[in-house]
Amino acid sequence: MEGVNRMHPYLSIEGIARHYGSRTVFRDLWFGVERGEFVCLIGHSGCGKTTILNILAGLESPDEGALVMDGREITGPSLDRAVIFQSHALYPWLTARENVGFALRSRHPSWSKAEIDDRAQAALELVGLKDAALQKPRELSGGMKQRVGIARALSLKPAMLLMDEPFSALDALTRGTLQDEVVSLVGGGRQTAFMITHDVDEAILLADRILLMTNGPEARLAEIIINPLPRPRDRANLHRQPGYYALRNHIVDFLVTRSRLLAGTRPDGWTGRNVPAISTFDTPHSLEIISP
Amino acid sequence: MMQGRHPNWAAPILSAVILVLFLAAWQLAVHDTSPTAGMDPEYAKLMGAAANTGKSAIPTPWDVAVKLWEAVRHPFYDHGPNDKGLGIQLGYSLLRVLLGFGLAAIVAIPAGFLIGMSPLAGAALNPFIQVLKPVSPLAWMPLALYTIKDSNISAIFVIFICAIWPMLMNTAFGVAGVRREWLNVARTLEVSAWRRAIHVILPAAAPTIFTGMRISIGIAWLVIVAAEMLVGGTGIGYFVWNQWNNLSLADIMLGILLIGLVGMALDRLLGLAASAVTWRE
Ligand SMILES: Nc1ncnc2c1ncn2[C@@H]1O[C@H](COP(=O)(O)OP(=O)(O)OP(=O)(O)O)[C@@H](O)[C@H]1O
Ligand SMILES: [Mg+2]
Repeated sequence: MEGVNRMHPYLSIEGIARHYGSRTVFRDLWFGVERGEFVCLIGHSGCGKTTILNILAGLESPDEGALVMDGREITGPSLDRAVIFQSHALYPWLTARENVGFALRSRHPSWSKAEIDDRAQAALELVGLKDAALQKPRELSGGMKQRVGIARALSLKPAMLLMDEPFSALDALTRGTLQDEVVSLVGGGRQTAFMITHDVDEAILLADRILLMTNGPEARLAEIIINPLPRPRDRANLHRQPGYYALRNHIVDFLVTRSRLLAGTRPDGWTGRNVPAISTFDTPHSLEIISP
Repeated sequence: MMQGRHPNWAAPILSAVILVLFLAAWQLAVHDTSPTAGMDPEYAKLMGAAANTGKSAIPTPWDVAVKLWEAVRHPFYDHGPNDKGLGIQLGYSLLRVLLGFGLAAIVAIPAGFLIGMSPLAGAALNPFIQVLKPVSPLAWMPLALYTIKDSNISAIFVIFICAIWPMLMNTAFGVAGVRREWLNVARTLEVSAWRRAIHVILPAAAPTIFTGMRISIGIAWLVIVAAEMLVGGTGIGYFVWNQWNNLSLADIMLGILLIGLVGMALDRLLGLAASAVTWRE
């Protein structure tokens, strides 16, 4: 975390919590996202990831704590925080271009229809859907639908991009292609982004920092991984990068054992505001995972 | 495995065969050359002329076909209150149905929207809807005649009151069932309430709303015949009732046939409209 202003990150999550009755899904959650940074959140099913993303989007409000973006508290959804939904969430009665146009119209109410169409078409071309613009979602494959969702979000030129497991419903091949596209479209510090994922390689490819959450209930941030792999990153050669396996094993090890062991615990001296940040990964326990 | 696979022409041919069989059975059943033979003498006396001329009182398919041909040739003649062309009578009925149905749609769709969007409004209005919905529309007739006084408007009111419930329920159901993620998209785009209603909720709920409209128009067409029998004057329902007074069974059967055909056409029309707004995923 050296070198960044810890007092005022661009987006600051300050002690948020979610309770259902007496059951606490997570609490005392603090982290920040810097301008231009790509942050991934990894955790097991049910630890509250979607809830956190919805809170960041302003679709839900936290039971405790607050969120501050660019000096202002987040109180509801905003065009500045575009969401790419896991289930693409396209309107089936609109064509691909109209779906993007619907978002553009919200951003630019004064634009003419022709202007909206042109920009929507351009946004679709950016994600390789030049020829599918006039098709309805049901005529598109899962990957194409997700691309329309990406085009819709990016066309807004949002200050921040929020993604809830955007590729988890896709087959591995399509997922890889889309990850490459996300790298080229939003990688390299041009777009502030927060993404939830189950996929360790996806996080390593895309993220500047990876937040690891323990299992719920009472989930908490256990570690913040500072991704040491240099940019630009290339999916095909990622595994040849020095340090890749140590990093990967550290995260897998966390997901396989430590996320469970740490669940519900609060180690001495641990506070939600003081989560350990880790950037070197040749610890012995990560080597154990390699051997079998 | 092969079930459900048949050539396109098979069903129409089969329909034609069934029709021919039905007409033949009808003809055989009613065409009795020696009707009084073996007939209860009391009954024969009652049947009077029909029995003595050797013809059943029930018309043959041919009699009905002749009536139909006359009606098709002169649909719009008007020879006073008890003798109008069937085109005119159907026109009156359709006009009443469309007025009552249209008014019902104007009330039911916005009201259904509010109920669907607000769980509180839905819960508060639900008991009233549950009580009013099962009331036979004809039970409203005396009340309507008393308060409105005009029999024509009373008939339209009865159509209105019977057409409103399916549209109201379906609109509320469709609006309440709009997928959360679609609403969330609109929320993250900061879409205004009005734009959300028109561009998200309405298209999302349109298939359900149209299903309600289709049910409503079917009920309205069922009810108009009964309503016109009660209020009299004009309309296909009145026509059938009038022919009953004339003991003209052939005209009654013609009326039944036309009621069925027009009802089917109304249903088809709304079905077409529904498929135009129905989206698939
Ligand atoms: N309405 C609710 N009532 C009670 N508990 C709820 C409710 N909604 C969510 N939860 C609980 O909150 C927890 C967090 O849910 P959330 O959807 O955020 O999990 P997640 O980490 O996104 O899981 P996944 O990886 O499966 O998507 C879950 O354990 C869930 O059971
Ligand atoms: Mg989730």
